Amino acid sequence: MSDYRIRQHPILPIPEREPVEFYWRGKKYTALAGETIASALFANGERVFGHHHKDGSPLGIFCANGQCSQCMVLADGMPVKACMELVTAGQHVEPADGLPELPKVTSSPSFKPIIERKVQVLIIGGGPSGLSAAIELGKRGVEVLLVDDKHRLGGKLVLQTHRFFGSTKAVYAGTRGIDIATRLEKDLSEHSSVEIWLNSTVLAVFSDKKVGILKQGHDYAVIEPEVLLVASGAREKFLAFKGNALPGVYGAGAFQTLVNRDLVRPAEKLFIVGGGNVGLIAGYHALQAGIQVVGLVEALSECGGYKVHRDKLARMGVPIYTSHTILSANGEDKVESVTIAQVGPDYKPIPGTEKSFECDSVLIAVGLDPVNEFYLKAKEYGLNCFVGGDAEEIAEASAAIFSGKIRGMEIARALGVETAEIPVEWYWTSEILKSKPGTTYSEELPEIETGVVPVIHCTQEIPCDPCSGLCSHGLIYIDRRDIRSVPTFLGNSYCCEVCEKCVAGCPGLAITLVNYRENPDLPVVSIPYEFTRQTLQANDRVSVLDTEGAELGQVDVLSVHAIENNDRTLVVEVNAPREIAQRIAGINVQDEEVTQPLDHYVAHIADDTIVCRCEHVTAGEVRSLIRAGYRDMNEIKTVSRAGMGACGGKTCVSLILRLFREEGITREEITEYSKRPVFIEVPLGILAGANGQENTTHE
Amino acid sequence: MNNSTLPHYDVIVIGAGSIGAPAAFYLAQAGYKVLVLDSAPSVGQTSNKRAIGGIRATHSDPAKIRLSLRSIEIFSTWKERFGDDIEWSEGGYVFVARGEHEEKTLKNLLVTQKSFGLNIDWLDKQQLLQVVPDLNPAKIIGGTFSPQDGNASPLLAVHAFYSHAIEYGAVFQFNEKVQEIIVRGGKVVGVKTDRAEYGTDVVLNAAGAHASEIAQLAGLNVPVKPDSHEAAITEAVAPFLKPMIVDIQPGPGSSNYYFYQHLTGQIIFCITPSPNIWGFDTEETSSFLPMVAKRMVDLMPRLKNIRVRRTWRGLYPMTPDGAPIVGFAKEIEGYLYAVGMCGQGFMLGPGVGELTARLVSGQLYPTDQEILDILSPYRQFAGQELLK
Repeated sequence: MSDYRIRQHPILPIPEREPVEFYWRGKKYTALAGETIASALFANGERVFGHHHKDGSPLGIFCANGQCSQCMVLADGMPVKACMELVTAGQHVEPADGLPELPKVTSSPSFKPIIERKVQVLIIGGGPSGLSAAIELGKRGVEVLLVDDKHRLGGKLVLQTHRFFGSTKAVYAGTRGIDIATRLEKDLSEHSSVEIWLNSTVLAVFSDKKVGILKQGHDYAVIEPEVLLVASGAREKFLAFKGNALPGVYGAGAFQTLVNRDLVRPAEKLFIVGGGNVGLIAGYHALQAGIQVVGLVEALSECGGYKVHRDKLARMGVPIYTSHTILSANGEDKVESVTIAQVGPDYKPIPGTEKSFECDSVLIAVGLDPVNEFYLKAKEYGLNCFVGGDAEEIAEASAAIFSGKIRGMEIARALGVETAEIPVEWYWTSEILKSKPGTTYSEELPEIETGVVPVIHCTQEIPCDPCSGLCSHGLIYIDRRDIRSVPTFLGNSYCCEVCEKCVAGCPGLAITLVNYRENPDLPVVSIPYEFTRQTLQANDRVSVLDTEGAELGQVDVLSVHAIENNDRTLVVEVNAPREIAQRIAGINVQDEEVTQPLDHYVAHIADDTIVCRCEHVTAGEVRSLIRAGYRDMNEIKTVSRAGMGACGGKTCVSLILRLFREEGITREEITEYSKRPVFIEVPLGILAGANGQENTTHE
Repeated sequence: MNNSTLPHYDVIVIGAGSIGAPAAFYLAQAGYKVLVLDSAPSVGQTSNKRAIGGIRATHSDPAKIRLSLRSIEIFSTWKERFGDDIEWSEGGYVFVARGEHEEKTLKNLLVTQKSFGLNIDWLDKQQLLQVVPDLNPAKIIGGTFSPQDGNASPLLAVHAFYSHAIEYGAVFQFNEKVQEIIVRGGKVVGVKTDRAEYGTDVVLNAAGAHASEIAQLAGLNVPVKPDSHEAAITEAVAPFLKPMIVDIQPGPGSSNYYFYQHLTGQIIFCITPSPNIWGFDTEETSSFLPMVAKRMVDLMPRLKNIRVRRTWRGLYPMTPDGAPIVGFAKEIEGYLYAVGMCGQGFMLGPGVGELTARLVSGQLYPTDQEILDILSPYRQFAGQELLK
């Protein structure tokens, strides 16, 4: 049997977990206790979970976040979302093919009253923003109920294995996301006025200013808060291209969940669409998990994410195709290849530039939208409400931590429990943390070739300052008044003692040291390395690359070591010829042939560009309605069923708006879907307060 | 302004909903030049899309019975005649009796209903469980079953009327609000909107919950005021329930509620609040789902595992006696009402739409007079509907 589990990881610990046996289509499989059905199936190499009731097309994981209902399976006869439901011993899991049979219930149910409660503050979302706000409120003894739909706190922080950028002073910059989550969680646990409901999903904000919550998956609660904080994060945008609903096409969040939370390997060869921070970081995570990254396309002429994130991928051997787009994901019932093409200034593909690559997965990271529907409803209904983090404005998690802290203070002031003014500079810091990448300067290598020279391959203005605190002699300088400035080394070639703290501590892995002291013609270059130690040994010969990913040559590894007090980033020392030493920025970790295009491009004829995944409505269908004069998305919904499915328009709205744009229709002419609850589907019995799920039989 | 330069229509229909769209279709089919005005951005966007789709002829008065029988004929043959799938399903209606009180009410009604030749019968508990095996046997003593009633998609049906009305030459203007009904010499001559002015001989008020405002634009009073009801739809599951189930026993905060499985496999349900919640509010409340869920799961335990997908709130344009108002105004020539459908606009729509075309042409059927007497805008409004 194939094993798709991650058994070694440079950053993540691999916990010991009890094996659990379950059945998939009658066949016995082994899962690990506490994992979801989806991850258990992936670990066993199963990626098709069912077939769509409309057209029989294969379905699998898409969001891995409980939102999209693409991963429905029958678990002991009950239709469930495989990505949310934990696997249990002896469970019989069957694919959801077509419409599921509703299980029979033979006895009269009994009922208990649903939970009804008032609280001072209800916080939706236990990610960076919600946690930070809860800590501020907890410090002041405010009664808080914090709800989060996952099994642990931290939101998307728990998927982030890399060191965070941002401000060391304000938001734990330099610390890995997973560890920030743990720290915030611990800080929060010290405040007894904060109650936490995990595995609890907000279903709706109602017009009577009450909030309906599916508590721990089995109870319905109606909460009446004095103040509501919406810190519900973001959702991923999707992209319309042929084959976009094939199993193997995932959102970046789904991919990171499977890899970094569940430690399963959903891909062997991954292709990435989107050069923002999310796509770039996901690519890096893939490499760390031992997944080959075939390439990355970005439609713009430059990646939108931080240049250091981009460089991290490039200098490990991942080709980055800017001014390129995906044309199709190809394959019968799973992804087998991807076809891309160059785009012109109008972002339209240029005929004749098509290339295809073999891959088994396509990761889509084309931007995020705020999950702000609860906030908008609460505002409309006159509830005293606040919004923080990505739900307010899409930015880095570090910005969310800080805006959450400010919201916590603001709420405390609104409740009259805090009288101190919020320092004006907090708002300034918040703006800096949210800022997009600024000017990129061309890389200027130090002219000195004696002694020891740190080379800072960091040329773009971004909010990040950990390096300035790393040098033992305090010689790396960033302007404190605005941490977006580019760092400079203030010393000369005699200053550095080769402590390598800057090499191992820069979150962008963008600092190397070139040591000419022993042999000026064959200096020693110290390079940061975040892969398992087993992958590289002294005396190995490796291929080194510059910041742009250009190969500089083969060099010998002198040592692979960890420096004292450093957190899991290794330092690799290589001997390199003087001519290339300062330009070396990384070590290629990829097999070169993985990144080579196929010798012919795979044409994709079928018109299977899906805009509504739930109801399998194609772009062609919607486009023809737009051309027929439809401008009200509700009417498009009536006729095509796009937006009528389980997810409630979470994926299709932005795709349909984009089709409108492509047809030259202005936003003013368009009426968007009416937004109605509930956020996720919820069993009628839970809303009724029915006791237990016993006495269920299957036909 | 010189009226002769205005675009002129034979009939201007105000409201492109459950009544206005079929009315436009039948008027246009009869050869009239029709303009439909609606302030919403597309067809059926106010109350129609909030209807759950039940269609029955098993009412308690001859007007609604006749109109609905005709509606059923139109809905059930639509696909073969016009090609559009409006998801019609002849699933029937079951009114369950949970106790002797309901049994008595339903059996009394049965006499009237049978006198109109309706296909409806009393089933005892065992017979009822044959028809609907998933009803909780401990909670019912029997009920009525009318197998020829059914359901369809309000959205698709109104859209079908709309698109075929256009084929017959009707013009629909959306995002256009009527501001004035122009009356000269006691006669309707035109309509002024926020965008234009049109000449016409007949104005048809089909404005649903807003009927009273539209009447007042011509200085008329019509006793229609909306109350709100909440509804919801579930995920789709394999077919297991044929008829619409109606439970008329009152519960805390509600009178009756009803649900059925649509052709798509989804359960759609709705409850009548008690006391009524008057007004135009269509924003969802927290009380609806727990209230209706408990009653449904109690009556049909199998429903406890079906998952609710979406919920919404819509308006019932109510009249004092629970019957619609259809007919010409006496005060102003050319002002026609088709309003106050009391939450049954969808099922009555085709029948009423056809009737308005006959009213405009003056070519009434012999049976129409009885209907028009019952639905007259000038009746006493003293009665009470027996079965809502």
